Amino acid sequence: MKARIHVTFKAGVHDPQGKAIANALQGLGFSGIDAVRQGKYIEIDLAGSDRAAAERSVKDMCAKLLANPVIENYRVDIDAP
Amino acid sequence: MKAAVIVFPGSNCDRDIEVALRQSLGREPQMIWHRDTALPALDLIVVPGGFSYGDYLRAGAMAAHSPVMREVIKRAADGVAVLAVCNGFQIATECGLLPGVLLRNKSLRFACRDVHLRVENPYTPFTQQYDDGEVVTIPIAHHDGNYFADDATHRALLDHDQIAFRYCDRAGALTPDANPNGSLDHIAGVFNRDKNVLGLMPHPERAADPALGGNDGRALFDSLVAALS
Repeated sequence: MKARIHVTFKAGVHDPQGKAIANALQGLGFSGIDAVRQGKYIEIDLAGSDRAAAERSVKDMCAKLLANPVIENYRVDIDAP
Repeated sequence: MKAAVIVFPGSNCDRDIEVALRQSLGREPQMIWHRDTALPALDLIVVPGGFSYGDYLRAGAMAAHSPVMREVIKRAADGVAVLAVCNGFQIATECGLLPGVLLRNKSLRFACRDVHLRVENPYTPFTQQYDDGEVVTIPIAHHDGNYFADDATHRALLDHDQIAFRYCDRAGALTPDANPNGSLDHIAGVFNRDKNVLGLMPHPERAADPALGGNDGRALFDSLVAALS
């Protein structure tokens, strides 16, 4: 199984990198950009086939290490084995 | 006072802390490699600056979950003083020793220069040799020093006198230009509620000898020696 994890800043947390990306895109002539928020994407290959157990385990990984719950949200998607 | 400095792979201010402690203490602090998790009896533990574990994932995130930090957290709960400087501050917030988090500098640039700090609480073992409101000059050197906490946490910091230092101008005013990284409420350093843990982004160990351009950080080490000996 493969876990696909998106870690993103919570609403209200200042994201200077996202802002710099937005400015750079506008500088390249792309129009119509209201805002950019950037984050992290993590893939984990998992042994076993119990999808529910895997999801619980990966969410625990997110809470303990992969995301900082003070500023970040996470979303976990588990691919079917 | 028995003092120790935790050394992680990637720490690079551990020797500077060692020199500053030796100067104030009159003897050697112990240098403790991160794999040595059986800590001796101690009065002060320093988590120094640097780039522990390459700052992978988030600054301080890997070191925060290392076995030696679990021991440091236990000691802090028992009342041992913990000084966490720069990357150490990032580690301390990541492991929950201190509230809030250090985000990327608002400028997106690494900031390396002297800044002015206002002493906000001189009634702790870390700051007792400073005056209330005193303005000191201490260097910063960081890419992720933009202190952030949610409103409730910020309120709690104010209610419990947990703000140690604020970035200010030469006269002590909290002007926008004096904030080098976008920190909430100009916060440069915070205590835990019990005031036995201090985290700060500026480097007092780099301003503890006039030959190095400044001596304003020395009072922090002298304070600890006086309070804990």
